Amino acid sequence: MTTEATTPATEATGATAVNTGLAQMLKGGVIMDVVTPEQARIAEEAGAVAVMALERVPADIRATGGVARMSDPDLISGIIETVSIPVMAKARIGHFVEAQILEHLKVDYIDESEVLSPADYVHHIDKSKFKVPFVCGATNLGEALRRITEGASMIRSKGEAGTGDVSEAMKHIRTINAEIARLTSLAEDELYLAAKDLQAPYALVKQVAREGRLPVVLFVAGGVATPADAAMMMQMGADGVFVGSGIFKAGNPAERAAAIVKATTYFDDPAVITEASKGLGEAMVGINVADLPAPHRLAERGW
Amino acid sequence: MSTPRIGVLALQGAVAEHARALQAAGAEVSTVRRPTELQGLDGLIVPGGESTTMARLAAPVHLMEAIRERHAEGMAMFGTCAGMILMADQILDAEALTGFERIGGLDVVVRRNGYGSQLDSFTGALPVSGLPEDDLSPLQAVFIRAPVIESVGSAVEVIASWQDRPVAVRQGRVLAASFHPELTPDHRLHQHFVQLAGARLNS
Repeated sequence: MTTEATTPATEATGATAVNTGLAQMLKGGVIMDVVTPEQARIAEEAGAVAVMALERVPADIRATGGVARMSDPDLISGIIETVSIPVMAKARIGHFVEAQILEHLKVDYIDESEVLSPADYVHHIDKSKFKVPFVCGATNLGEALRRITEGASMIRSKGEAGTGDVSEAMKHIRTINAEIARLTSLAEDELYLAAKDLQAPYALVKQVAREGRLPVVLFVAGGVATPADAAMMMQMGADGVFVGSGIFKAGNPAERAAAIVKATTYFDDPAVITEASKGLGEAMVGINVADLPAPHRLAERGW
Repeated sequence: MSTPRIGVLALQGAVAEHARALQAAGAEVSTVRRPTELQGLDGLIVPGGESTTMARLAAPVHLMEAIRERHAEGMAMFGTCAGMILMADQILDAEALTGFERIGGLDVVVRRNGYGSQLDSFTGALPVSGLPEDDLSPLQAVFIRAPVIESVGSAVEVIASWQDRPVAVRQGRVLAASFHPELTPDHRLHQHFVQLAGARLNS
């Protein structure tokens, strides 16, 4: 089978068209955290565009503490066998061997995720060494562009996972949007300094300034728990949403999942979002991010 | 000659990419999430994405049935990847689509994810027949967890193949491809579709 390159989606990194392209196919959709094949089935039945396989949802990682790692390969294989939609799985930041295992398992996307305990506090995974695509978290534009430089084919804003508090997700998407908007307003000879300030390669900065958007798909994650949360992120310009603890830590996962899918598609229609919000039972209890002591904030992992 | 009006089904998937390609091909473009938005369209693109997601979102508003009706009245259709799956008369490995209404109308048998997982996704250059001015210079095709066309009915014309398998087909006013012409800057397939959809207008 040939793999001759088409025009790369990002001129500056050469991320392949098939890998950035899969993220484009997920747009307008909801990616759901699942910890068992049964949950994966429920997510697919509810209309998820992909599932994220992990050992514990972020709310449980917070509750139980300890080191959080990649899931058991058996569990990931079980989920791949159960659903027909793409399966993503998380590796620790910098843990390139967990990534090698996930690639060997033939997952469709690897999430190099701050939700797990970092394996390297200096370096992220060199994602350009892999054929399988990566999604990475970012709290601002510079961080997003550094991950893309390393080979990420998709970005998700981090938010604060496992809280059910959407305020950090809002902060990060607003930050990224504002930084992109600022770049588009700069003169071309001001982009060199902008690249220095963003700590990102000039070629990527120039591409973002010209196109007015990230060169890869941008989803929002971390604290989305209700149909209204999802619709708000879409109105903020997100390409789609990740929902972690918000579904399977809620009273009625199947209905809540379907409602979030619907609100993501009809994000600009209050009548549909209102209908989708009715009768869902208890949302996840949640934690206010403001009450979280700084060492327990996951968004600060990664750099 | 009036400008053909083409809709892009916008439940989920690569909507903006198709809209841009259609605009470049000279169409007037709108998005479709409700049956009323099909009014007055000469053609509809059903994009790539997840067919399971689209089928579930379409069900409560009976959108697949409405598309089928509008197609019977003459609206042309173009399905890429998941869109082709939703237009196929027969799907293998369709368990996750069981019980959900689909569009149908294309006499082919397809297999979802037939080319494998993302690690098996690939690109290739292939000639497509029937393009404007009979231009057979190869088109860069991006295959992403693509469906395989297992067989085609007698009324279906194969317009492109990859390794002896059909990957793009036409049947009357229906066009379909396993790959993603909306992801590359070559808009010849979109131009072809805009012409196909517009043909009824100007006949």
